[in-house]
Amino acid sequence: MYIIVIGGGRLGYFLLKALLNEGHEVLVLEKDVRICKTITDELGSVCFRGDGCEASTLAEVGTGRADMLVAVTGDDEDNLVACQVAKHKHNVPRTIARLRNPQNAALFKKLGVDVTISTTDIILEAIERQVPTHPATELLSIDEKDLVIVDVKISAESTTIGKTVKELSLPKESKLALIIPNEGNTHVPASNTVLKAGDQIIAVTTPETKEALKTALRGI
Amino acid sequence: MKIVIMGCGRVGARLASLMDVEGHEVTVLDNDTYSFRRLPPSFGGTALFGNGIDEEAQKKAGIEEADIFVALTQGDNRNVMSCQIAKHVFNVPRVMCRIYDPLREEMYSALGLETISPTKVFAQLLKEKIENTEEKAKD
Repeated sequence: MYIIVIGGGRLGYFLLKALLNEGHEVLVLEKDVRICKTITDELGSVCFRGDGCEASTLAEVGTGRADMLVAVTGDDEDNLVACQVAKHKHNVPRTIARLRNPQNAALFKKLGVDVTISTTDIILEAIERQVPTHPATELLSIDEKDLVIVDVKISAESTTIGKTVKELSLPKESKLALIIPNEGNTHVPASNTVLKAGDQIIAVTTPETKEALKTALRGI
Repeated sequence: MKIVIMGCGRVGARLASLMDVEGHEVTVLDNDTYSFRRLPPSFGGTALFGNGIDEEAQKKAGIEEADIFVALTQGDNRNVMSCQIAKHVFNVPRVMCRIYDPLREEMYSALGLETISPTKVFAQLLKEKIENTEEKAKD
């Protein structure tokens, strides 16, 4: 695969190294001549000096035949423009942008960026997974279908303990898939299944109804 | 009319002042309060500290009621991003974007933004002025 990376900073550098190791054809676009020289000295001629947001620079490095463009500069606006130019001027099938501000994810998707990656969100998710008392963890997001798979824990203070599934007012967009109890076997919840403290519920829902689902399941 | 201007540089400050004198409701947004020194003492609009590529900052500037949003920072990409937020998130009726790079300007114009490239406009203006004086010399 031919992959173009915009930005030769620390993230770009290690990404380049990893992609080269995997045997891809990779090129980094970097404005700073010194950074460019360091990369060239260390990894060979895989760095091109230029502005990755300029259509002419992208044309020069053959963006038209690129399978993917990954914009990992430290500025959201630069990453957005690089992806948009790649998409609209050079028909790159897949564009990925790094986000500094996690709130920009929805905007970037709307404006045609295929995938956004926010380091803040990734670290937050890792923290959520590490903290066992955290009541709801997002396990997986299925972007194409606009769904998320979440893990909700029924803790001792939940007011829904002892209630059956049909007594809960679950958002209609969500489906309970699995209950992993504290003790005993994992089972698929039915409408008359009773919630117990320590239950771990795996459910599918939309990103918007995630909070509502959590509240419905835990009662708090 | 309510106008939100992002970037209080020479052009931004001047436009803000001109529109304010005409009696429009003007808000200028800049991420450096020192830039507001360019506004005249008589300026009756609002000068707001904030980053225009942030949805929250645009909201604070009253973008939801704005009739026009103009992006005039030094960075083409910042202008492009803030204009797309104003247009696609807040549905501002008229969004104007300064883009120095003529190629980028053409692309975003094709994508539906109202764009102006000072580079193109000024070069064309100079060319015409030069040609005019040459013609006069011939006469």
